[in-house]
Amino acid sequence: MTAVLEALGLLFQPGIVQTVVLGAALLGGLAGALGAFAVLRQQSLLGDALSHATLPGVCLGFLVAGSRDLGAILLGAFLAGGLAALSIMLITRATRLKTDAALGIVLSVFFAAGVVLLTVAQGQPGAAQAGLSTFLFGQAAAILRTDLWIMSGVAALAAGTLAALWKEVKLVTFDPDYARALGLPVLLIEGVVTLLIALAIVVGLQLAGVILMVALLIAPAAAARQWVRSLGAMVWLSAGLGAAAGITGALISATGRGLSTGPVVVLVASALVLASMLLAPERGLIWRWGRAARARRGIAGRRVLAAFHGLAEAHDDPAYPTEEGMLTTLIGRPGPGVMERLERDGMIRRVDHPPETTRHWELTERGHDRAKRDQGGRP
Amino acid sequence: MQDQPLHEPQFALHVEDLTVTYGAQPALWDIDLDIPPGVMAAVVGPNGSGKSTLLKSVLGLIRPVAGHVRIFGRPIAQGRGRVGYVPQRSAVDWDFPTTVLDVVTMGLYARIGWLRRPGRAHRDQAMAALAELGMQDFADRQISQLSGGQQQRVFIARALVQQADLYLLDEPLAAVDATTERIIMDLLKRLRDQGRTIVVVHHDLTTVRRYFDWMVMLNVRIIGQGPVAQVFTAENLRAAYGGQLALIEGGAVDPADPHP
Repeated sequence: MTAVLEALGLLFQPGIVQTVVLGAALLGGLAGALGAFAVLRQQSLLGDALSHATLPGVCLGFLVAGSRDLGAILLGAFLAGGLAALSIMLITRATRLKTDAALGIVLSVFFAAGVVLLTVAQGQPGAAQAGLSTFLFGQAAAILRTDLWIMSGVAALAAGTLAALWKEVKLVTFDPDYARALGLPVLLIEGVVTLLIALAIVVGLQLAGVILMVALLIAPAAAARQWVRSLGAMVWLSAGLGAAAGITGALISATGRGLSTGPVVVLVASALVLASMLLAPERGLIWRWGRAARARRGIAGRRVLAAFHGLAEAHDDPAYPTEEGMLTTLIGRPGPGVMERLERDGMIRRVDHPPETTRHWELTERGHDRAKRDQGGRP
Repeated sequence: MQDQPLHEPQFALHVEDLTVTYGAQPALWDIDLDIPPGVMAAVVGPNGSGKSTLLKSVLGLIRPVAGHVRIFGRPIAQGRGRVGYVPQRSAVDWDFPTTVLDVVTMGLYARIGWLRRPGRAHRDQAMAALAELGMQDFADRQISQLSGGQQQRVFIARALVQQADLYLLDEPLAAVDATTERIIMDLLKRLRDQGRTIVVVHHDLTTVRRYFDWMVMLNVRIIGQGPVAQVFTAENLRAAYGGQLALIEGGAVDPADPHP
């Protein structure tokens, strides 16, 4: 508890924790908003391929600049990501390979080149201080105040672009062929969205690293999809969940000694996905289990009513008292709560049938009506 | 751009020497096709005969290796405003988070223009189109909750708001219920009677004569085109469907006597 208060205290004073929390919030929000489009275009893996593919660019940026110059490293990462995106497009167009195969090839080739270059770069003087390998998993503590400005700039660019091209981006995401038939420049719009995703990945590398960055794109969007009914709501909620995961993760890692921020943020985001998969109304698993259980109880109840109705007709006595054993012989055990529910709904009522001491029921008028309606096959 | 002289403007759709290939495999071979304005045309042919490819090439979604297409005498880039397109239902992810009204409004996006959002008037147009298809009560429904027939009607409403002169529909009657089929065909007939041109990729040979007045029979090449009575012959059916003909003979169409 005191640790949490301590962390919250750090949040309000300028310092490394505040910088990291702000950075994680910005990055989570940015990646979350753009991730919505990656998820809906069913291109989640594109983000993964792009982020892995930035590694050779990071190393080349370092080698060319000769030091840990963030500008050079991010530029290298961006160019490598762009080259990867282009390669994926060319492979799918020029060969018979499907997108998933192209993504797999580009991801592994670029990442392998990155690892080789990393080995080369680490032989260079100054590489140890540069801590190039932290780009693999991210190192939040390396984030500087000035980096926050870069992140804010990219976030503003993304927000402005999405606001200006909102309906075009929506249509291209939903139905690209129809968008093309309307005369929209689909390739250009898709390119702009992919470019924004690549920018988000590049500015997120320091915090999340090339391997985990994709989770910040996909997890908030996957969680948000469970709760919303429109694209606008999905993008906002995804951004909000991403930012929340960023803040929570950064604070948790600030309280625990030696927990690195990126992976903790990813774990928090994954917890949000799990909760959304289970709890969301209509789409959530628990809601659907509940609906299935209700449907089962409904069917069991109808079978009870049908059995009672049949026995009453056979005895030519609408108030015929059916004994429990008779019911289970006819249709088996009705299941827990079924009889109680029928009683509560006024379909059946308990009656005594001396000298027998077992449970008996008779159908109410309402129960007879319902049973007759079900016989007619109507719901 | 507008200065280019019109080429064959007497036809709603004019296709000349069109060849499309997927790899080395020709999907369409040397297609010459003319569809006059104001007809309701069926494009029929076996699976893989290039029916969808033909529509997509007309719309410029696929780049042909040879040939050209004209819409009322103009290239597609200048004729888009006059063409409405209904893709196959399976072309999109129906779990996309949006409403029926929103999808129909998409048909107006080109007309609304860049940087502007749909307004009250656009909403009213979309509602009117939905009403034409009996879907007005579904306007605020999530598209993930629609049945197949309702999805198809939403797609047709989206094309309807385009106020096009030439409509291209890809299998609009595939796997829809009888009510939907009747609603769609009634609407298409109304459009035709207003002078619009309707081109429908169609798979059900038993309804061709009842629904259509023009016909294109296709199997990579053009087998026949013209008024249904001239094209719907035993000879053409045999040429288009070949070995599958036994299937047709066993069905409702008697190729030996297609004009009973």
